[in-house]
Amino acid sequence: MDIKRIKEGHKLLAEYKYELGTIERGYTNRTLYVNISDNTIASKAVTPMMKEKFVGGKGFGLWYLWNATTPSTKWDDPENEIVIAGGPACGITQYAGAGKSLVCSLSPLTDIPIDSNVGGFFGPLLKFSGWDALEIQGKAEKDVIVVIDGNKGLVTIEEAPYEAVDGHILGEQLTEMYADNEDDKRNVSVVTAGSGAEHTRMGLLNFSFYDPRRKVTRLKQAGRGGIGTVFRNKKIKALVVKFSNVKGDLNNAYDQAVINKTGIKYHREIHDLDHLQNNMRKIGTANIIEVMDEYDLLPVMNFQYGSHPDTEKIKSTVFIEKYITQGVQDGCWYGCSMSCAKAADCFKLKTGPYKGQRVTVDGPEYENAAGLGSNCGIFDPEAILELNFYCDTYGIDTISFGTATAFAMECYERGIINKEITGGLELKFGNFETAVELLHQMSRGEGFGTVVGQGVHRMKKLFVEKYGADPDFLFDIGMEQKGLEYSEYVSKESLAQQGGYGFTNKGPQHDEAWLIFMDMVNNQLPTFEDKAEALHYFPMFRTWFGLYGFCKLPWNDIVPADNKYTDEPAKVPEHVQNYLDVVYGVTGKRLSTEDMIRESERVYNFQKIFNIRMGKGLRKNDKAPYRSMGPVTKEEYESRQERYDNQLKEIGYNPEGKTTEEKIKVLREYREDQYEKLMDAVYKRRGWNSNGVPTIEYLKELGMDLPELIEVVKDLQ
Amino acid sequence: MKYLAKDDSKCIQCGTCESICSKTYYKEDNYEKSCIVVKKDGKPEINVCNQCGECIDICPVIAIKRDKQGIVRINKKICVGCFMCVGFCPQLSMRQHDDYIEPFKCIACGLCAKECPTGAIYIAERSDDEAKEMNLDQVFNR
Ligand code: SF4
Ligand code: SF4
Ligand code: SF4
Repeated sequence: MDIKRIKEGHKLLAEYKYELGTIERGYTNRTLYVNISDNTIASKAVTPMMKEKFVGGKGFGLWYLWNATTPSTKWDDPENEIVIAGGPACGITQYAGAGKSLVCSLSPLTDIPIDSNVGGFFGPLLKFSGWDALEIQGKAEKDVIVVIDGNKGLVTIEEAPYEAVDGHILGEQLTEMYADNEDDKRNVSVVTAGSGAEHTRMGLLNFSFYDPRRKVTRLKQAGRGGIGTVFRNKKIKALVVKFSNVKGDLNNAYDQAVINKTGIKYHREIHDLDHLQNNMRKIGTANIIEVMDEYDLLPVMNFQYGSHPDTEKIKSTVFIEKYITQGVQDGCWYGCSMSCAKAADCFKLKTGPYKGQRVTVDGPEYENAAGLGSNCGIFDPEAILELNFYCDTYGIDTISFGTATAFAMECYERGIINKEITGGLELKFGNFETAVELLHQMSRGEGFGTVVGQGVHRMKKLFVEKYGADPDFLFDIGMEQKGLEYSEYVSKESLAQQGGYGFTNKGPQHDEAWLIFMDMVNNQLPTFEDKAEALHYFPMFRTWFGLYGFCKLPWNDIVPADNKYTDEPAKVPEHVQNYLDVVYGVTGKRLSTEDMIRESERVYNFQKIFNIRMGKGLRKNDKAPYRSMGPVTKEEYESRQERYDNQLKEIGYNPEGKTTEEKIKVLREYREDQYEKLMDAVYKRRGWNSNGVPTIEYLKELGMDLPELIEVVKDLQ
Repeated sequence: MKYLAKDDSKCIQCGTCESICSKTYYKEDNYEKSCIVVKKDGKPEINVCNQCGECIDICPVIAIKRDKQGIVRINKKICVGCFMCVGFCPQLSMRQHDDYIEPFKCIACGLCAKECPTGAIYIAERSDDEAKEMNLDQVFNR
């Protein structure tokens, strides 16, 4: 159907005209509220309190979500919201990685708040259209789109029956529909989910940007926690923003010169050093596939192992040489010289509804290669690209899909589930055809795919209750915590990273802390106190990106040439200073590194208390599956016997003549005890009591002793 | 392709070229706003764009293109001021000044060459094959 006909099918439900407004020092000072139940659209003031305590981005998202929901709100209740906010630095074009949107919602996987940091042009164009945040509440009866025209000052809610649901087509359709011409396409950004998001809990959101060289709509993913599922449950087909006059100074910065200077210095650094360091401009985050394998950190077959001889077939150079188009500017927002948003062009699909078509695949990022590849025992680059493509267009999180499929595969191989249960699918490690069929089933809403799509947490329950599986064993090998699937790193040999995953707010996701090299390889965190300090500093530091609208990657995926001679190379001090300078340039706030951490502590603890309010923020919720800490099975132990035997000797246990089972047990007791001790140290450092609850004293110190927060924690002191 | 060629050994560091350039394009005698820059201390060194075209592929909005004469030009109307072209110019000849949100560069107009007292700068031609930008139609098989 042509675009004109599709558009004619729209039925206008609500229309809202607004003053275009101004941006001052990074803020528009307004939020756009849209309720798709009763079709109200309104402008809400961003208050000084919000800016002071929550800064922006994820801070704003969590604050709105808190106010919109109650302790009993479920993810699929109409009052649950999806909030998209960029943060004050979002939209500047001179410093790399400053176009991020932060998305918050109550998650269908975890039932607590989830937040996701995503590229694409939506956040910046939303701000230039006059809005610091977009807050969507309610549930529509029929599929709707929300359109924000930032040139005309017009917001509409429209029924949109004829558009496709799958992200790669819908993105193209709406970009074409709302752009005046080819040159105008980059001024339109679309948020979509996909057909798979409707039938699973791991739905993601695609945020688009138009690529003028490839002439395709590119998709970046707000992947984690099932926000795409919430989106489709609300019957939102898409969000569209249009703003046609992007310039480099629209944030109306306090001191643009500082931003220019810092940005150009950083561009030059990338120009001079990227090819000597991580090759981000050539292959993006996938540069580490073989590095992870080398250090035994690449998840293989549901995190049983950390390396595999076949990794050779999916190492980064294979993708660089054969699949990923080289030399194209690939920033997910203007000014990102790190340019990691790589793509494989003219990739011919072998399966599914788009079989035979040639498409542009956004990726593979490291997590995709590891999750869809090695963790499922699949070592074929084309299989990885195909799974990557279908995950994106169906709106399925690659990480949750990879980890959940790997879990199901292990259960199948161990006979916990069988062909009868899988509906005839041969769910063996390495079986690409089955993995991709699961995805197609998720899209169609049928078969075992929809079971896997519920996530590891719910699969465990089902396999125990319905098929009589051993709950303890499933708890050990099911790589989820708080309902969220682990992201793709083996943390067995790094206690600090076990905490990095285990003590997170939203669930085991490495965006709070990635300490494996510091801890395991460089041995920079020998004591519990050292680990606790790192597990305080890094999660706070990395939370800060999400308050301002920054991307984490430009911080440490390249480092200045003299970084190793600084006091704390792991922090990349010069880049931290860059961020403080840029934020000064935008907002006029002169922050110290301590102020920076403080800003994050406020929002981090707010989110923590939000979790407690929703019933999942206590010590017991930080318990982690043993697969994340050590060898669960005989095969795992024996595959790295020397390592484990040596550790037993170090702790004063003689492994000679002992059975593997005996050794596993002793090692396990030791490691679990270490994890508990680490938890004590980290909670203390974070200002929490031993139950993981922020103390009132600490909240006072942070200036976060808001009555509604005290109310939640006062009986848990 | 046409470009502004230079011979550092003839330069006497008088700054005439900078002055002409900034006055022509920014109505101000200010070397910080000149597309051509001459090192004033030590041995003379003239820094000016050689129209290599590397910056063309860096620009996220394709604001930089080569014109019919082979001159690499910025379309300032669509430039989004990211300054990546400034950071990625191999010889640092893409220029920037905080009074403007777009960069600027030599377009080989030759006005400065006309006034240079020693002939240290002059308009020259070299083969189009030396252009560094990629051919998008080829890359994307169009
Ligand atoms: S580093 Fe990559 S993900 Fe981050 S802003 Fe740049 S292109 Fe986007
Ligand atoms: S500005 Fe630099 S990169 Fe661009 S054409 Fe001139 S010399 Fe080449
Ligand atoms: S500063 Fe302007 S011309 Fe230069 S790369 Fe950025 S958008 Fe293109």
